[in-house]
Amino acid sequence: MQSRRDILRYGLALGAASAVPMSGLFAGRAEAAPPTDLKLFVPAAPGGGWDQTARSMEQVLRANGAVTSVQVTNVPGAGGTVGLPQFVNQWKGQGNALMIGGMVMVGAIIANKAPVKLTATTPIARLTGEALALVVPAESPFKTAADFVKALKADPSKVPIAGGSAGGSDHILAGLIAKAGGGDATKVSYVAFAGGGPATAAILGNQVAAGISGYGEFAEQIKAGKMRCLAISADQRDPAIDAPTLREAGIPVDLFNWRGVFAPPGLSKEQVADITKLVADMVKSPAWAEMCKTKGWASIPIVGDSYGEFVAAETTRIEAILKDLGLAG
Amino acid sequence: MEAFASLMGGFAVALTPENLLWSLLGVTLGTAIGVLPGLGPGLTIALLLPITYKVDPTAAFILFAGIYYGAMYGGSTTSILLNTPGESATIVTALEGNKMARGGRGGAALATAAIGSFVAGTLGTLGITFLAPMVVKFALVFGPADYFALMILAFVTVSAVLGSSAIRGLTSLSIGLFLGFVGVDLQTGQPRFTFGLLELLDGINVIVVAVGIFAVGETLYVASRYRYGRDEIVPLKGSIWMTKEEWRRSWKPWLRGTLFGFPIGALPAGGAEIPTFLSYYTEKKLTKYPEEFGKGAIEGVAGPEAANNASAAGVLVPMLTLGLPTSATAAIMLSAFQSYGINPGPLLFQTQPQLVWGLIASLFIGNVMLLVLNLPMIAIWVKMLKIPAPLLYAGVLVFATIGTYGISQSPVDLVLLYAIGFVGFAMRRYDFPTAPVIIGMILGPMAEQNLRQALTISAGDWSVFFTRPLSAALLALALLALVAPHFWELMKKPRLEHPPAAL
Repeated sequence: MQSRRDILRYGLALGAASAVPMSGLFAGRAEAAPPTDLKLFVPAAPGGGWDQTARSMEQVLRANGAVTSVQVTNVPGAGGTVGLPQFVNQWKGQGNALMIGGMVMVGAIIANKAPVKLTATTPIARLTGEALALVVPAESPFKTAADFVKALKADPSKVPIAGGSAGGSDHILAGLIAKAGGGDATKVSYVAFAGGGPATAAILGNQVAAGISGYGEFAEQIKAGKMRCLAISADQRDPAIDAPTLREAGIPVDLFNWRGVFAPPGLSKEQVADITKLVADMVKSPAWAEMCKTKGWASIPIVGDSYGEFVAAETTRIEAILKDLGLAG
Repeated sequence: MEAFASLMGGFAVALTPENLLWSLLGVTLGTAIGVLPGLGPGLTIALLLPITYKVDPTAAFILFAGIYYGAMYGGSTTSILLNTPGESATIVTALEGNKMARGGRGGAALATAAIGSFVAGTLGTLGITFLAPMVVKFALVFGPADYFALMILAFVTVSAVLGSSAIRGLTSLSIGLFLGFVGVDLQTGQPRFTFGLLELLDGINVIVVAVGIFAVGETLYVASRYRYGRDEIVPLKGSIWMTKEEWRRSWKPWLRGTLFGFPIGALPAGGAEIPTFLSYYTEKKLTKYPEEFGKGAIEGVAGPEAANNASAAGVLVPMLTLGLPTSATAAIMLSAFQSYGINPGPLLFQTQPQLVWGLIASLFIGNVMLLVLNLPMIAIWVKMLKIPAPLLYAGVLVFATIGTYGISQSPVDLVLLYAIGFVGFAMRRYDFPTAPVIIGMILGPMAEQNLRQALTISAGDWSVFFTRPLSAALLALALLALVAPHFWELMKKPRLEHPPAAL
């Protein structure tokens, strides 16, 4: 992977002189702490959320002068569960390496019954999160989240909900809402689409009663008045979004599609402290805040040991809801 | 005429020397990656996303649009010359295109592909300019039930590639359907036929199967026959360019292909492959030279090639008018918009007119550049066919292997490639048609998912397929396409058979 990426970079650099920073090609060596030659492992294809997290980190850390080189390696497949064993086994003991992961991976590990779990890594920090939105087509009779939940409880088969693939964060939130509203999570009429585009099209075309996905996926449609946002899944109200949280709407549920970084296993205490400091300094920098704002991510850092506890708690919670949905045994 | 004035404004943006250079870089890069199976425009644009930190948005999108259109051009080249499709939308091109190349008409096949792509790309871009709001309204009417009916219509096209024996053809189709089911089921999240391998959870990539069956299978077959006399590849017969006759036979398929490609490409779940199937089927039914189909009929190259380029233009309609990414490449282009803090959505035309019209103008320019770039290259490309068979086929294997590894750097894909290659070899050896495998693999999962989405929405009521007007109309069309040709035969046959008997 790496060599091809570099070939492309060379090609581009030849074609367009200054298009890409060249410094990464002449990497420095890891010496004193914290590491200056960072390696980022992305267990997904280029272009997705994890990949963009990695590339945004690269951008910010370079601009801050915290590192001299960043290498990004992509190993896509099955919600990150193809890449995870490779990271744990082949990158063991590397103090300058970080894997990007998040809630989607927690769900995929449970649903795919993956042999290697996140507990095999060294959790470093949660970085960002995106709240999900519950939306309805502009023509929908539902005006509030309470209206919707009432209908969902009465007859789930009458209110099909569109979202991403089964067992993913959108489906999980649909299950949580049904359960919190006193309904049966297994009866939710969930229509899985391959990605945000087709799902959004189905909502705009009034083919389904409601939709759930990342708020950013729907933001422009909501602004243009083609969809109505009933509620968002954040834990507190976002002044930039004109919609209540699910809690405010009387549905005691919150869910972030969070993303974070993990170091490989087998690091010394000093190595863990060094890489943690690198990440902790990054999330505090104005450049990171600016980057999150551009990308529409909420910066919700949890650094160090409490991140490990958070990941464990999320794993328990998601496993429970996937069982309720009949997707994990 | 408002659109026209805006478009002229767009040309003013795109025609600066700097932006022309970006466009040239884009189409060149796009052609190159289109040639390599596995390395598609989506991945390439994703790898180039970091340039959005350095370059202004108009230039970046002109570059990306060039790559996108260029890849569609490049994909046809290897399909025709080496029987190795670079993109899934050029799989159908290989059917007739490669036969033409072997018969000495490779130059004409490449020319009709390039000119057809130009015609379709230009008409498609005109469609974006003037019809986008109407097309998108129509596209949103399509629900899962209507998509299912469209897939059923597309399944009829299998009959065009069944070959002499229906049993063999349907066996091939079943192999394709089976391969398409491998992976996690979208509706339930449960793995099917993955045998505990994490690498199979995302399913088998259709390019791996196409390259395995066509390129690897073909190579093994040629090698197995090598001792019994050489394969008859004629490098060139007659003029390298299209003859007058070939022009005459190409222009209608170009236009019909565009009519399939643009609207289906604009459907949020339409894709680029279905219009190529429909175009191939239509051309085979309408041609005056049915005996040439399967042996290198130019209509079978002209139509599908126009269809895939028109669909590439169609995909941009929901992206630009609604901010809906309906293909992997469009999704990545959208994330590039976001890197600039531009939120593509229904208001994009109003908030960023300069960018959007600059992009549309650059599509026109990119199309012209691609034609200028590709036509002179044809003379060089066809020389490839003069390479002695052992060297050429060894090159094909290397090419196929590298390209497949490039898809996701997974060794599992390589094992699959060669396993499927052996299956392809066995199919050639025992005279099973190979195209139904690919059609089944592409259509099967789409039909299944849309069927189940439709039934979830209707709470299990099957009548949706007949009560929705679009769905009912498409199903009726499918029935007609399936029955009418046989009916026609029945009507004609007695008259042919009786007179000799009377003598």
